[in-house]
Amino acid sequence: MARPRRPEPEKKKPGEGSGKEDAIEVMATVIEPLPNAMFRVELENKHQVLAHISGKMRKNFIRILAGDRVAVELSPYDLTRGRIVYRYK
Amino acid sequence: MVICKSSAELEKMHQAGLIVWGALEKMRGMVRPGLSTKELDEFAETYTAEHHARPAFKGYRGYPGSVCTSINQEVVHGIPSPSRKLREGDIVSMDFGVELDGYFADAALTVPVGKIAPERQKLLRVTRESLEHAIDKVRPGNRLGDVSAAVQEWVEENGYSVVREFVGHGIGTRMHEEPQVPNYGAPGVGPRLQEGMVIAIEPMVNSGGPGVRVLDDDWTAVTADGSDSAHFEHTVAVTSNGPWILTRPRESTGPVW
Repeated sequence: MARPRRPEPEKKKPGEGSGKEDAIEVMATVIEPLPNAMFRVELENKHQVLAHISGKMRKNFIRILAGDRVAVELSPYDLTRGRIVYRYK
Repeated sequence: MVICKSSAELEKMHQAGLIVWGALEKMRGMVRPGLSTKELDEFAETYTAEHHARPAFKGYRGYPGSVCTSINQEVVHGIPSPSRKLREGDIVSMDFGVELDGYFADAALTVPVGKIAPERQKLLRVTRESLEHAIDKVRPGNRLGDVSAAVQEWVEENGYSVVREFVGHGIGTRMHEEPQVPNYGAPGVGPRLQEGMVIAIEPMVNSGGPGVRVLDDDWTAVTADGSDSAHFEHTVAVTSNGPWILTRPRESTGPVW
């Protein structure tokens, strides 16, 4: 007796952020670099949050300096921390 | 998790398999125009009881019959009925399994009713051959994808399509165990076959497109485009000597059905 096929678990596609689809992406400006590849950034709404560099940017040695415009992903659960996912030129 | 069986367990499954084979061979001989699918079901039930086994399908997820009888555009899981009579020129798939001593075996074949059109003969032959190609891949060290791909390649080479919505399965102390055994896939992928693994390989082949839908009885699967469908199946163990078809006598040679 044939078995109904069980659907495959959904796989993460490459380039889908870091797989955290719930994250909110916002524009920000870097205020100051901190140790451990962390940065204090100021969001467009003037909030200051602590942001680290995404693994993909770290792997590709994207350097970030104070004053750079960046895109930051915020977790909806902890709005005081974020992840820098893009540096604008 | 894929469960490997000891040689004693394989022997028990073979005993169950011989009952399945015996019943299906007898049923193949009964098929003629005018016979109802219920009569096939009743025969299988009696035969199973005489051999002190239990029909594995009956009551499985609420399935009402002991056999699945699927005619023409029906792919699998047709429910036997006294009002459903075989007609000259039909093709009927008979799928049957038993439990003996806690171990399961499962097999199926599609047979002609009287004289059938040459296109239907070809569909039956290609489907049976796709099962033979797949069984030939059941060797330790091969991967499950090799088995799946063997079916798909042969079927599509002949201009038919394989059903995706239903798959074969591991079998042992339950009728459906891991892994799933699709009839489509790529060679060289999937779990590696090891001695003691047992899989029920069951190509379901449509003469038209691969789509199927399930009727309102919640069981009968039919082709979406109304084309014919054929179905062959054996329970096959992986041994160091290659494939061991548990659902036929050891001394059998030639075509698998």
